[in-house]
Amino acid sequence: MSSAPQFKNPIVRWIDYRLPVFSYMHKEYRNYPMPKNLNYFWNFGALATIALVLLMVTGIVLAMHYTPHVDLAFDSVERIRREVNFGWLLQYLHTNGASMFFAVVYIHIFRGIYYGSYKAPRELLWMLGVVILLVMMATAFMGYVLPWGQMSFWAATVITNLFSAIPGIGEAIVTWLWGGFSVDNPTLNRFFSFHYLLPFVLLGVVILHVIALHVHGSNNPDGIDLTGAQDTVPFHPYFTAKDSVGTGVFLLILAVLVFYAPNFLNHPDNTIPANPLQTPAHIVPEWYFLPFYAILRAVPDKLLGVIAMFSSILVLFVLPWLDTAKVRSTRYRPLFRWFFWLLVADSILLGACGANAPEGIWLILSRTGTAYYFLHFLVLTPVLGLLETPRVPPTSINQPVLSAGAGPASSSHTSGDSQC
Amino acid sequence: MMAETAQALETRGDNETKRDFLILATTAVGALGAAIFAWPLIDSMNPAADVLALSSTEVDLSSIEEGQSITIKWRGRPVFVRRRTKVEITEAGSIKIINLPDPETDAARVQRPEWLILVGVCTHLGCIPLGQKSTDPRGDFGGWFCPCHGSHYDTSGRIRKGPAPKNLQVPIHTFLDDNTVRIG
Repeated sequence: MSSAPQFKNPIVRWIDYRLPVFSYMHKEYRNYPMPKNLNYFWNFGALATIALVLLMVTGIVLAMHYTPHVDLAFDSVERIRREVNFGWLLQYLHTNGASMFFAVVYIHIFRGIYYGSYKAPRELLWMLGVVILLVMMATAFMGYVLPWGQMSFWAATVITNLFSAIPGIGEAIVTWLWGGFSVDNPTLNRFFSFHYLLPFVLLGVVILHVIALHVHGSNNPDGIDLTGAQDTVPFHPYFTAKDSVGTGVFLLILAVLVFYAPNFLNHPDNTIPANPLQTPAHIVPEWYFLPFYAILRAVPDKLLGVIAMFSSILVLFVLPWLDTAKVRSTRYRPLFRWFFWLLVADSILLGACGANAPEGIWLILSRTGTAYYFLHFLVLTPVLGLLETPRVPPTSINQPVLSAGAGPASSSHTSGDSQC
Repeated sequence: MMAETAQALETRGDNETKRDFLILATTAVGALGAAIFAWPLIDSMNPAADVLALSSTEVDLSSIEEGQSITIKWRGRPVFVRRRTKVEITEAGSIKIINLPDPETDAARVQRPEWLILVGVCTHLGCIPLGQKSTDPRGDFGGWFCPCHGSHYDTSGRIRKGPAPKNLQVPIHTFLDDNTVRIG
């Protein structure tokens, strides 16, 4: 399987001898051995890449029509929507594409948590993923500011003000971020510059993420190491095909959003031009930031709230070392499985808390949710790993297939194996 | 000939220290140069000269009735000017400041008790508190109320309840005469 490819085309052969891009692609994306038991949750890395490329392509064209100036930005975005040929399509693909990017990445992250994909030797791979999440969030936030509506302006004000919580130098940092004494034209200009730059940084980190992935290969639903060629199938055509199915579903959902509910995830307040003298009565971030916003508001102290919010992501960096479990996959952890779904429920609860004003029941729920979030990572994850007796995973990916023999149930989707 | 010389030098111990020194010195100067060049890039993001030049504004107070407030724009953000009523002034002066989150006397925050001048930006995360119009909610202490995260300010603009850590900022201001104040 790993033998060097012989290219028929003489030009390809000539180039490959001097710059082995074709051999590289062949090795990493054609012959590349993938665990043969991957389920559809392994689509989401590819889907995230597709979302990133979609955002970069639409973004480059949108930038040709956008004007980063406080007096012109709002109107230039309206002009894109109304006057520019297919501008409405590009603009809605860009905003809804960002939502899809986050949705896909969040599922990708929960996949990693469920199957223990962060555990040795994939710690750096996971940490690069957390870096990707942080860069994504910064990029999305700055992009949200560009249309210069009321929500854009006040999002920029509230988020930049988070840095004023830093003791001593906080105010100076915020003034530096703004380039003035409030969010204003200098702020808008630099946000545009960074919003254009960061996706390329993101692409760089994604490439590192994939390089790290291809060192030890993909994890799999059993969370066990590969024992040989009998456990794998080549990337092409098996996973190019499987990823294509997922891509179809992904594009279908995106199309439903873009063509039937393009403003479903938007806030009406952002169709009002920015007014620095009036805060909208109810400011909320985009849905993908709601859980973090809930954590920020759950803590009554400003500095501690900011610290809690950033910690909720930073804790993911040390997750590989917080998890003491002997097996990777939650499939073999009957106790942890419950707590995994509790974490998912808790994240959704925090999202709901972020969408509602922090009063009455919502304040209590957001405090409980925040406490549980940190309890999960800092206490339950290390303690459960020690207390729980995991079920014994199979010795190889191929083993359940062989031991099942002619049994109908377990060997269903690997029946093509005999042909390899 | 050259190779022989190089080899001869290589074997001498003192040459290694000289090479180490050169590598270290070159790296240090290079790093210092890069660090120095980073400063213009960083400082260029600070407020520019024209932004700093817009730093004062004059307000005509003659049209403001007792109990009324106006909002003016200074450095891109709102400044609240409130002509306080007798009740509001007594209220602001009568409380024990020791119990406040950010203890300050009313006298330290105003130059003339009648005129309360504040930067209208919540010290929590920068929203504009409500309370300028008589129909606005003014919170539990009759001053301002921030709708974003629920901070209550009193009739001296001091934080009394909610997540904001500090009192509303009092901008530097000078009364030029009875009817004019310069802010900044």
